[in-house]
Amino acid sequence: MTAPMPISLQVNGERVDTHVLPRLNLADFLREHLHLTGTHVGCEHGVCGACTVRVNNEIVRACLMLAVQTHGASVQTIEGLSDSGEVADLQAAFRDRNALQCGYCTPGMLMAAQDLLRQQAEPDREQIREHLSGNYCRCTGYQAIVDAVETTARSRREHK
Amino acid sequence: MKASAFAYARATSIGNALELLAAHGDKAKVLSGGQSLMPAMNLRLISPELIVDIGEIGELRGIALKGGVLSIGALTRHADLLKSPEIAAHSPLLTTAVAHVAHPAIRNRGTIGGSLAHADPASELPACMLALGAIIIARGQAGERRIPAKDFFRGIYETALSADELLVAVELPVTRKNASHFFDEFARRQGDYAIAGLAADAVVKDGAFTDLHLAFFAVGDRPVLSNAACRLINVVITPALMADVSAALDEELNPHDDQQATASMRRHLAKVLLVRCVSTLLGRTDLDARAA
Repeated sequence: MTAPMPISLQVNGERVDTHVLPRLNLADFLREHLHLTGTHVGCEHGVCGACTVRVNNEIVRACLMLAVQTHGASVQTIEGLSDSGEVADLQAAFRDRNALQCGYCTPGMLMAAQDLLRQQAEPDREQIREHLSGNYCRCTGYQAIVDAVETTARSRREHK
Repeated sequence: MKASAFAYARATSIGNALELLAAHGDKAKVLSGGQSLMPAMNLRLISPELIVDIGEIGELRGIALKGGVLSIGALTRHADLLKSPEIAAHSPLLTTAVAHVAHPAIRNRGTIGGSLAHADPASELPACMLALGAIIIARGQAGERRIPAKDFFRGIYETALSADELLVAVELPVTRKNASHFFDEFARRQGDYAIAGLAADAVVKDGAFTDLHLAFFAVGDRPVLSNAACRLINVVITPALMADVSAALDEELNPHDDQQATASMRRHLAKVLLVRCVSTLLGRTDLDARAA
């Protein structure tokens, strides 16, 4: 049973049929097998949030999920959200507000921020901080990130 | 780091999971939400030979209310608990506490059964089970055991479960009329494991407790249901009594030092939580030095 196992899943809307070892986590599967390197690997034990992706429409830690557990699931990565334009305004706000410097946390931050904005049209700064509490940033000091998310929420309300 | 190699079996039913556990004993580990197991495996703290994934067993999922008892399936996720109107109505302590469990992405995967079976002494749900007088239901091939929460937690990552048993559900009595609750914890970052925490279930009548269960966590090798707290029931609470109970609480706790806090800091914080809890539940700001 330590041999590769068959899995079938959707990744960013495309069907993937492949074989993976049980020990392979979802983050490494995305990066090394599918070459989707936007999902970053930081701490590998669920603390930093850099590997945040969507599985069946909910954000999860890709380092804390096995690739074999995604059999039958739909996975969306930052590449998917970026290519579809779903987070284009959020990305622009991050750029405008200097909400990134080295960029390591940014894909995970965008995934978590977009998750909040889908659930809550008018989050206050405290709610933004709470929702992003599982994502570490070592450059910005967070203020600019909260600014960018707040700005995006406001402009989405105005352009509805 | 990465987890070392292991074999993986996707259990198709409770019976199938129990067969796998019976065959492999303590060489196997049950994978529920994986939010504690996977970090432990990635850090190579544990290297099981076989992972038994119970994630697809539908009958382990869900919340049901029947005859004054809330039954929560082991695979019910923290995110499900947080959103559940049944939990909010009948076990509001749990709703409050779950908001402190990790972060949204982890709450989307982590399960109540996984959290209880993992038994991290700094985690929130084991303490809630003690405060609420929960029954933990374990199933093995020989049948079912109903284990009171106070007998379930045995030490750091240690429980009354044997290697061939599966935690299938927990049962909680629905909250009583006039009951109130308190939950608070100190953590370095919102959602991190607590440095010290308190889950409390109480009944207050005419400004006094007629019932009080205080479960402290992260201040010992398992959550601690305070006996000293019983001295606060059916009495007029004075600052002198609070000081006595606080001293008695100190005797009950056995916190450890780590990079987050010293044992003495944890003792101090537990006493701070005691005062905040009593003054909040009774509306007695005079008992809390911050308000004085």
